[in-house]
Amino acid sequence: MPKISIKAEIIFHLFGYSITNSMIASAIVFLLTIFIALYFKHQSTLKKKENFYYLIKFFVKSIYDLFFSVLGEKTTVFFPILFAFFFYILLENWFGLLPGVGSLLIKVKEGHEEILVPLLRANTADLNTTIALAIISVFSIQYFSIKYLGVKKYLHKFFNFSDPIMFFVGILDILSEFSKVLSFAFRLFGNIFAGEVLLTIVAFLVPVLASFPFIALEIFVGFVQALVFSMLTAVFLSNAIVEHH
Amino acid sequence: MSTEAMKLLSVAIAIAVGAIGPALGIGMIGSKAVEALGRNPEAESAIRTTMILALAFAEAIAIYALVVALILKFA
Repeated sequence: MPKISIKAEIIFHLFGYSITNSMIASAIVFLLTIFIALYFKHQSTLKKKENFYYLIKFFVKSIYDLFFSVLGEKTTVFFPILFAFFFYILLENWFGLLPGVGSLLIKVKEGHEEILVPLLRANTADLNTTIALAIISVFSIQYFSIKYLGVKKYLHKFFNFSDPIMFFVGILDILSEFSKVLSFAFRLFGNIFAGEVLLTIVAFLVPVLASFPFIALEIFVGFVQALVFSMLTAVFLSNAIVEHH
Repeated sequence: MSTEAMKLLSVAIAIAVGAIGPALGIGMIGSKAVEALGRNPEAESAIRTTMILALAFAEAIAIYALVVALILKFA
């Protein structure tokens, strides 16, 4: 039975910083995302386009239509950040399912003894990543709220002294902004990490063929979680930029 | 009872109790979605999207319990 670790393992140290296996994976996915974006931009200027361009375009179009049903004509403003969330999380989730990620082990010195740790780890199965993504999401919601409502109306949403009930609701609203970070982070982390554990355990119970339906399930879960993360951001955004009554 | 046995028991209780609520929720969402589909078959894609979003919300509650259970088991 392999050892399952909740936190990402440290691979090496660079200028005093610990580089973990999930950071290496995230660097690869990050470069891949940029590469696909540049490829898409380059292909869109050409007259004769490759098939892969149309595949990505189909993806972008379907996601755009989905967000349009939530945000209406404001979709053009928010689509870049929402699709960036969707695409990055999708690639990270699916990267964790590739053969070799989590199963390639290397020797690392910890204290005095050498231990085996996986070289790569699905990035969203590391709580640090999902908390970072959640903080970016919630801060962008606050930013767009201030931008569309103005500082005064934004603060009025949370500090309302007109009557005691509204005052209490305001305090609850402040709390709910913080709990958004937690719920975003734990939802993504829990789903992907649980998937990793499930795949590992099934592979050790029945080595042949039994993992296949679970991998298909995890591909679906990775897609749904990426969609849920960006969709929730869209829903919260659409609530945040209209005036409170 | 030894500490190890207590730990395993708490893991089992955490996920078992934590899965009751989401299980009921997911069942309700599914039944209501099928009902809505029966009344209005043209709205299939809209119903499916909303249903999957709501399912993900309900599932997230179970995932919180699962995270707690995993932390108890492996950390």
